[in-house]
Amino acid sequence: MSSILPPSRLWWKEPIAKTEWLWIGIAFVWGMIMFVMMIYWHIYGKQNLSNEAYKTSPEMFAAKAEKFIAENTIRTETDMDIPVVKVPPGGDGYLIARLWNWYPILELEKGQEYKIHLSSMDYNHGFSLQPVNINIQVIPGYEHVVKMTPTSTGTFAIVCNEYCGIGHHTMLGRIYVK
Amino acid sequence: MATTYRTCPSSGLQFEAHAEKLMRWNAVVAVLWLLVGGITAIGVIMTRWPAFKLLPPDQFYTILTAHGIDMLILWILFFEMAVLYFASSTLLRCRLAAPKVAWTGFWLMVVGGIMTNVAIFQGESSVMFTSYVPMQAAPHFYLGLILTAVGALLGCTVFFGTLVVAKRDKTYTGSIPMVTFGALTAAIIAVFTILSGAGILVPTFLWSVGLIKEVDAQLYRMVWWALGHSSQQINVAAHVSIWYLIPAIVIGAKPLSEKVSRGAFLLYILFLQLASAHHLLSDPGMSAEWKVLNTSYFMYFAVMASMIHGFTVPGAIEAAQRRKGFTNGLFEWLRKAPWGNPAFAGMFISLVSFGFLGGISGVVLGTEQINMLMHNTFYVPGHFHTTVVTGTTLAFMAVTYLLVPTLFRRKMIMPKLCQIQPYLFGIAMSITGLVMMGAGTLGVSRRHWDMAFSGAPFQYEWPGAAYLMMGMTGFFGVITIIGGGLWIFLVVGSLLFGEKLEAGSVSDKPTPIPAETPAAAASHHGSDHVGVPGTVVLVLALLVSFVLYYFVNWKYLSEVWLLS
Ligand code: HEM
Ligand SMILES: [Cu+2]
Ligand SMILES: [Cu+2]
Repeated sequence: MSSILPPSRLWWKEPIAKTEWLWIGIAFVWGMIMFVMMIYWHIYGKQNLSNEAYKTSPEMFAAKAEKFIAENTIRTETDMDIPVVKVPPGGDGYLIARLWNWYPILELEKGQEYKIHLSSMDYNHGFSLQPVNINIQVIPGYEHVVKMTPTSTGTFAIVCNEYCGIGHHTMLGRIYVK
Repeated sequence: MATTYRTCPSSGLQFEAHAEKLMRWNAVVAVLWLLVGGITAIGVIMTRWPAFKLLPPDQFYTILTAHGIDMLILWILFFEMAVLYFASSTLLRCRLAAPKVAWTGFWLMVVGGIMTNVAIFQGESSVMFTSYVPMQAAPHFYLGLILTAVGALLGCTVFFGTLVVAKRDKTYTGSIPMVTFGALTAAIIAVFTILSGAGILVPTFLWSVGLIKEVDAQLYRMVWWALGHSSQQINVAAHVSIWYLIPAIVIGAKPLSEKVSRGAFLLYILFLQLASAHHLLSDPGMSAEWKVLNTSYFMYFAVMASMIHGFTVPGAIEAAQRRKGFTNGLFEWLRKAPWGNPAFAGMFISLVSFGFLGGISGVVLGTEQINMLMHNTFYVPGHFHTTVVTGTTLAFMAVTYLLVPTLFRRKMIMPKLCQIQPYLFGIAMSITGLVMMGAGTLGVSRRHWDMAFSGAPFQYEWPGAAYLMMGMTGFFGVITIIGGGLWIFLVVGSLLFGEKLEAGSVSDKPTPIPAETPAAAASHHGSDHVGVPGTVVLVLALLVSFVLYYFVNWKYLSEVWLLS
């Protein structure tokens, strides 16, 4: 093997072995299957993240949320008097993410569809519904309208899973599903 | 500028004086950053280990920011500069273009790195390496990153310039070698990456000093990830190049088909840029069409490229081994591979861990709807510790076992420990990555000081299995740190105390490659046409794991609340 001499055949003219073609083919087909799966799920799947989002500002969003809370609060909880707000079945609910809480507590009914509006008052936050495990980014200046239908009842936690400063680990919210 | 060329007597590689010095300095500084990053890893892991919870929250977030920057950006980038100079000047046996520019780049990166670290450790810039606005760091945090990026850009231009020098001086015939081609891929992606980085970091810097009123939070995430994601593609291109380099040097392997392997590199350049979308799948501001298009059309071609390398790299090893006579059964070539050579062992563990763990988890995580199950959970760092750590970092560690004797002219000390190191680091980090992904699958958050939520108005109790996984993350993380510390110890020890090796002959003109040397194997091109049945079995195992894991996650997704 004398490597300073050019190879006897130029590399781009060399034939490709059958097994290599086969693997390339498999990789390609697999990529296509994964591509089609996402579209298939948009059509037939029941878990697709909503596309509905609007530019907003913390003031605008807070005003809408406060109105919603004033009209639908059913009780308050904890010594901080956090309002528990019953979202009208099929209706709109607002959830504020801010340093460092999720506000208010929402109450939902199993099997009903809700439009939950999410936005942040300050930094990025992460809506992480546990133990269901649904995770959505919450960004200041954007109002994200997520349609969700609870399929289980009980008490659920909203963990903040986007780092938002020193109190990040105390940012725990709650959703009740009846 | 006058220069000389030294031909290493054992490998036949030729080092031009300027390039040699630059490679050494870049590699040494890289190791120092790995050391700093490794020390921060102790703080990170011992805090996330629920039984210890070592640091208070403010220190934890400071240390975690430093860990991300020092590891992901500084360790990797400095080492990559050395790789670029090696793949151009050394493999092409020519002088380095514009060494002054290269040194300017180096010092900019040094100053930038230190500046950003000063900002972080002053405590006012605990914003994580992603520094999402509107959370604000000190201005010198951003400025340091910008200087580092400009320095790296200069390094890339020197690399391109060196390719031109080699062509003009006709130091090689035909096409550039495969490894150089891979490095070229990395450098081209780097230019795109750095420009995106400038596009977002410059306005953010101006915002931090009050010259711009606002940076849109969603826009920031989009442009930032054009930097953040593509920079990972640089790493992949760089470590895949090393996957080709090490077997070429150690066992004289040649690619199965140059055309296929080079084509796969080309796909990286063409298709990975917009995959930054897969960091935004659970964001509000982008349409589903945009997400699907960018994750599939653009990403799956890059995935295909990685799957091709995943075939051709072990295939090249198998072909070379079979030529040597290890032809019994499907796997004699693998059993009789040089497992006692730490460069080879590290490279192979890097390949397997990157493919089976990092690759599969990355594609699943990057699936539009499935992302909602894992976005911002501990799964994410679990995934990328099996790409950028067991993949890139381990490959860089492995190639260093070859560089110390040739580039630094020192024999590695304690060969027995050298042999163990890649196994210790590679296997421990693979397990760490796996259990991190396990915890993430159960929902545990990343970048989170306290999974017990002390001080929160409510309680939430993670499942016991999540605590178990986090405990295991702690345990295996510590072993990984020991494995990484061992590598630093061995390398620094060898540089300082290793037996000095002969420098070899020095001439003032480039000399041709001595035949039958590792240098010849690394710069030679041409394909190896030997059947590789063992590799076929390996990649089919990969495919089966991939398909199963992929669909299991769709099943998980189908069980959560309905969303539309
Ligand atoms: C040596 C052993 C290492 C251990 C035990 C380790 C451990 C960890 C852990 C547990 C986290 C997650 C922290 C959290 O989200 O709460 C983390 C984050 C991270 N690690 Fe490592 N790591 C190691 C090495 C590395 C290396 C070599 C790299 C890069 C080349 C790296 C890059 C990162 C990055 C980029 C993050 C994300 C930081 C963030 O979320 O902002 N790590 N590491
Ligand atoms: Cu938060
Ligand atoms: Cu948070």
